[in-house]
Amino acid sequence: MSPRRAAAGGTIDRSRPVGFTFDGVKMSGHEGDMLASALLANGVLLVGRSFKYHRPRGIFAAGADEPNALVTVLRDGIREPNIPATQIELHEGLRVESQNRFPSLDYDFGALAQLAGPLLSAGFYYKTFMGPVAGPLKGTRLWMFCERFIRRAAGLGRADHKPDPARYERMNAFCEVLVVGGGVAGLMAAEAAAKSGKRVILAEQEPRLGGMARWSGEEIGSKPAREWAEGLAARLARMDNVQVLSRTTVWGYYDGNTLAALERVGDHLPRRPGDMPRHRHWTIRAAKVILATGSIERPIVFPGNDRPGIMLAGAAMRYAAEYGVLPGEKIAIFTNNDSAYRAATVLKAAGASIAAIIDVRKEISTAAQALAGEAGVVPLLGHAVVGTSGKRLQRVILRRFDPQTGLVSGDSRPISADFLAVSGGWSPAIHLASQAGGKPRWDDFLQAFLPPVPQQDWSGAGALTGGMTTAAALKTGRSAGRAAAGQKPSRARLPQTEEPGLDPSPAPVLEIRAGGKAFVDFQHDVTADDVRLAHREGFVSVEHLKRYTTLGMATDQGRTSNVPGLAILAEARGISIPEAGTTRFRPPYSPVPIGALAAERHRHFKPDRLTPMHDWHLEHGARMMEAGLWHRPQIYGQAGETVEQAYVREAKAVREAVGIVDVSTLGKIAVKGPDAAEFLDRVYTNIFSTLKVGRARYGLMLREDGIALDDGTTWRLGEHDFLMTTTTANAGKVMQHLEYYLDLVWPELRVHLTSVTDQWAGAAVAGPRSRDVLEACISGTGIDDETLPFMGIVHGEIDGAPVMVCRLSFSGELAYEVYCGAGHGIHVWEALMEAGGPFGIAPYGMEALGALRIEKGHVTGAEIDGRTTARDLYLDWMLSKKKPFIGSALMDREGLIDKGRIRLVGIVSLDDRPLGGGAHIVEDSTSEGLGTSIGHITAFCYSPQLERYIGLALVKGGKARHGTRARVSDPLRDRFGPVEIVSHHFFDPEGKRMHG
Amino acid sequence: MAEYSALSLLKNAFSGNRGWKPAWRKASPKPAYDVIVVGGGGHGLATAYYLAAEHGIRKVAVLEKGWLGSGNIGRNTTIVRSNYLLPESIRFYDHSVKLWENLSHQLNYNVMFSQRGVLNLAHSPAQVDDYIRRGNAMRHEGGDGIWLSPAQIARYAPGVDVSSSARFPVVGGLLQPRAGTARHDAVAWGYARAADRLGVDIIENCEVTGFLRDGDEITGVATSRGDIRGKKVAVAVAGSTGRVMKLAGIENLPIESHVLQAFVSESIKPFVDCVVTFGAGHLYMSQSDKGGLVFGGSLDLYNSYAQRGNLPLVEEVMSEITAMFPAVAKLRLLRSWGGVMDMSMDGSPIITKGPLPGMYLNCGWCYGGFKATPASGYSFAWTIAKDEPHPINAPFTLSRFERGVIIDEKGQGPTPKLH
Amino acid sequence: MLISCPHCGPRDLAEFTYQGDATRTRPDLASTDTAAWHAYVYERPNPAGLHREYWQHSGGCRSHLLVVRDTVSHEIASAKFARKAREMIG
Repeated sequence: MSPRRAAAGGTIDRSRPVGFTFDGVKMSGHEGDMLASALLANGVLLVGRSFKYHRPRGIFAAGADEPNALVTVLRDGIREPNIPATQIELHEGLRVESQNRFPSLDYDFGALAQLAGPLLSAGFYYKTFMGPVAGPLKGTRLWMFCERFIRRAAGLGRADHKPDPARYERMNAFCEVLVVGGGVAGLMAAEAAAKSGKRVILAEQEPRLGGMARWSGEEIGSKPAREWAEGLAARLARMDNVQVLSRTTVWGYYDGNTLAALERVGDHLPRRPGDMPRHRHWTIRAAKVILATGSIERPIVFPGNDRPGIMLAGAAMRYAAEYGVLPGEKIAIFTNNDSAYRAATVLKAAGASIAAIIDVRKEISTAAQALAGEAGVVPLLGHAVVGTSGKRLQRVILRRFDPQTGLVSGDSRPISADFLAVSGGWSPAIHLASQAGGKPRWDDFLQAFLPPVPQQDWSGAGALTGGMTTAAALKTGRSAGRAAAGQKPSRARLPQTEEPGLDPSPAPVLEIRAGGKAFVDFQHDVTADDVRLAHREGFVSVEHLKRYTTLGMATDQGRTSNVPGLAILAEARGISIPEAGTTRFRPPYSPVPIGALAAERHRHFKPDRLTPMHDWHLEHGARMMEAGLWHRPQIYGQAGETVEQAYVREAKAVREAVGIVDVSTLGKIAVKGPDAAEFLDRVYTNIFSTLKVGRARYGLMLREDGIALDDGTTWRLGEHDFLMTTTTANAGKVMQHLEYYLDLVWPELRVHLTSVTDQWAGAAVAGPRSRDVLEACISGTGIDDETLPFMGIVHGEIDGAPVMVCRLSFSGELAYEVYCGAGHGIHVWEALMEAGGPFGIAPYGMEALGALRIEKGHVTGAEIDGRTTARDLYLDWMLSKKKPFIGSALMDREGLIDKGRIRLVGIVSLDDRPLGGGAHIVEDSTSEGLGTSIGHITAFCYSPQLERYIGLALVKGGKARHGTRARVSDPLRDRFGPVEIVSHHFFDPEGKRMHG
Repeated sequence: MAEYSALSLLKNAFSGNRGWKPAWRKASPKPAYDVIVVGGGGHGLATAYYLAAEHGIRKVAVLEKGWLGSGNIGRNTTIVRSNYLLPESIRFYDHSVKLWENLSHQLNYNVMFSQRGVLNLAHSPAQVDDYIRRGNAMRHEGGDGIWLSPAQIARYAPGVDVSSSARFPVVGGLLQPRAGTARHDAVAWGYARAADRLGVDIIENCEVTGFLRDGDEITGVATSRGDIRGKKVAVAVAGSTGRVMKLAGIENLPIESHVLQAFVSESIKPFVDCVVTFGAGHLYMSQSDKGGLVFGGSLDLYNSYAQRGNLPLVEEVMSEITAMFPAVAKLRLLRSWGGVMDMSMDGSPIITKGPLPGMYLNCGWCYGGFKATPASGYSFAWTIAKDEPHPINAPFTLSRFERGVIIDEKGQGPTPKLH
Repeated sequence: MLISCPHCGPRDLAEFTYQGDATRTRPDLASTDTAAWHAYVYERPNPAGLHREYWQHSGGCRSHLLVVRDTVSHEIASAKFARKAREMIG
């Protein structure tokens, strides 16, 4: 008989059908169903295939603990694999597929793996595939060949490569009390804290609050527990100082009481409204945390325990009581504790017949006896299930069992049943508590781990703390809530509960050893024998066990397998469970979509930095390129031009007439104060205190270890007022470098630093006609040689906008850098363009800028790469001998002045073919193979001036090689050929043009 | 002890797998050894193995504070590669790759080394030059490196966002085909088993509490299981180097301990075949044989000895992965964990004799320890046995900082968190 | 992790830049004692336990803080302006 929907009962709305498909088959459930309950109601017992042996598996649990029933959700044109059917809220049009089967769930070729079962025991992969010493499969090749097939068989669901179209959102929240878990204890805690006026967030992973009260069938405060919980939840939702988050899993407990939570905002809706994110990633910083995370039922391990039709007793009870689903007609119960007796009565009341209650214990509580009577059976005490049969469960096989010795005896006895509900007791859900730090404590009475002594500011309530009754949940919930709010314990009466007085202590029996495959970790197919084999091979620490067998490493994070696995290991080692230890729980508590964690950065990643002239560049045909976060014009291409043709045209314009380039991205730092000059003397290798007001100087900085850090010009605008420029890439780094010294090393210096990169827009106007351009548009200042000599600074106006102009040159031409407030940037730029029109002004991009600087032999980040010294770059003339500076103490260490270091040179292609950045240089005598590298090319271009391909390179020996031939060796681009090593000052080495 | 093979597996399968013996003996400490290796992680175990296998030194003890392989050997993202820039690094790590290629056979233990390739994506012209320089450096040192265009990348690693609409469009990539992944735990277990078979004593749950000295000279260690004398004492405890060396009176080292997080997604069918790194951030991703996507990013960026990470870094890594592989957004993060790294002052390791007489030090592995395991063990054993370095570890001295002969792959200088 | 900036209040870790060990003393500007410079630049005590370290509130007021933090538990014992702390020592 298949499972079916009971005629009545549960919280589903039988008047509202919901259509969905499973493996393409149309089915129907009801509003309020989970996919798991709807599948059961449609008679579906086989839902998935296991990881290793591809064994048929059914729904085993309810909620987040499900190990077996993982499905792939098809939505918005993408595949989302590995979602537990127990966590998917049924909605119209839901489409899901089963996983890890071929060609179909019923007939799966992968199940052949079961034939090789004994071979595929723990450690199998480590013991073979080693490969021969010689031949085509030598070394690791044999493994790589086999691995391809192994990988195809492994894995669970299939994901596609389509981008995820969903939108995710991030939320930061602060509260005084965060309550995790919306069961009875959590509700009470939230209410108690909220009544004291505290700002409370209550998070519950399920769609609805109430936890077990929703299906326990108990009474609280003379009302059905569900009604009581719903009433309290509604009251909390109405309070201004309480935020109730349902469908929200708190999954991480980080340092400083920072918790991470995932809110599934829109997954349960047939269609999300346009502005609704799919998920919301919460970072909650809470002054106090109350963990009311409840407990998790665990199974007993016995042969044949993974057959579809076997389920945790608490889950079976929940499907019947909350969803009105009968998972079987004739139900057997197998337990080591009282809680399953309650499941028996609920299942009976829902219309099933109870075939038997099989209990490993020899004696049970009177409450359990009474419940057994209610269920209409006499429990078979001192018995255990030793096997099962049927494609879907048809029979369970029993034998006598001695809980003292763990031995089975007597004859096998089959019992006919189409469903088996199992309970091995309950483990507090200590995951978050363990993430917060500390070691869990074993409790013999509950046969479970209790949370560690808090290392952060949290307290526990409800089943987490070992209080397994509803009365205990009410009491500990309220007291935790009051304590978190700084209130004394209340003397007021708690609501009365009507619940059976069950014994919470299970028998210490978690495995029945009777031969045959008995699964501990269902999803990863780890059997009890695997655990014992690992022990036999010496993998006796819990971590070794986990790693050797993969126990507890599946998507359910071993929620149901953790304690049984430990129990088997402890038994094998002849020690107690706490002596065997437990593994550390790590975030996340349950899997979190990666997109949700990326949140608003999904598909954006990093902010874009755009200069004030960005739109102009685009409108004028610029092709943009990445420079850190900045976007900069690479070239302003014209129709039909190659990149090289474009930059050669632009560079020629600069050398022959005038060009303009956007330099707004340069780092700019205002250095002000009476000691500003002294400060600059310390951070630059050269002297700035002698710089006159109204003049600029090129400066070089080293790191403390004597390696070059950055270069740029610094302008003295006033006696105590400097404007420093840095390279685009190092702007932030240099700022932090300066702040570090000012704050921590020389706090006595009266200097203030302000980053003004974004406040200034900058344009460099370069070329023999640059003065003409400026003259045509600037007012309020002269720009003749007298007023504005090389490295001089003037202030004026361009078309009404105040500007500051410095005559300096990166291109080697007569050139001016024009700075104005960023808001005027586009205005000034356009004015310069207009003024330049008659002189043939051309905007130029990074490629032309690069070509011009290479011709001049100026260094940039490609040469100042964090490994080169000032000497390597022939900038030793900038190392002042008159004063110490950052880096001066260590820059002369033997390794930094070694003759074999690579140093800056120029190179010329002798075969008239382009060179390439990153190509290596080898000696000309190289005859065989690639030869030994003596350096590499840092930058290259076609030089319109030399009409050759030239480059800068760092080569061993540097200057000593000038005039010699070498070879470029670029195997990655298959480019080899002769080059000549020359001075890096290719063009106008005396600098006549820029001075002229 | 039985050889592992398909045949032994078959025989055992028919006898209920009852014939398997412990992979290594649970040895108890003897009073004295020729060499004591402090640290039962990958490097310590490999060192012990090569001491016995290559140099015939078999009176060796490996002392491990906790369970064998409990440090970074079992916490890394399992990447093996030698795609380095500087010749010293390339030579060392390429030697390692060569040892990896035959390691399973040599150890009679499948460490699952799989040469699935490591692909570094480049996103700007400057980065292209940088990676090409690196690839060419590898080629000139006899290694392998190939340049791929965006179109080739799209074919080689489907799912990588090579579109021009990406925030940092991919402009090329450096592929090292011989690089790949291995099964991290198996490396520790394989070396342990092989070393054990050569007579090495592997002693777990044995914490070193002090060093025995004769004047300046180190003559053994005090442990939680008693004093043990050793003619030579070798320390290979990356992650805890500071703590252990303090016991020997070495208060300062060019090392900071930092935490590095690693992540794994749920298991899915084959999704990405090679290891891919994202050049616009700091991210590396591959897929394990079990099907989980394994990835990691940058350090948590502050000194730490705690194997626990922080949330902002998790968010950063996840946003990088969705930028590189937009399809991954819908997959789910299953687990995260942290390991403690020895971050050195130039990002390169230290494998040396000293700093005290009778002592040998192997530390400073930064992110690079896993892939280095064979070469580190090999060259450290050489240094211990011969009292002089092997050519591959000769540059990796402790004195290089004083001398300014630094090996700075990233060009970040003495700021450990940036390496 | 939250760091209490004396100027801005408790702020998330993500707003700060770690600037490392705060126990080192930079030799005098003009010092030529190479050993002292080497120790300052390269040597770290790297303790497991309480660590004096600098953090810059780079996403806030940009002050450098002297933070005492446990490198094993990550618990922060104190955080104050580094500049003032230095002035008080010196």
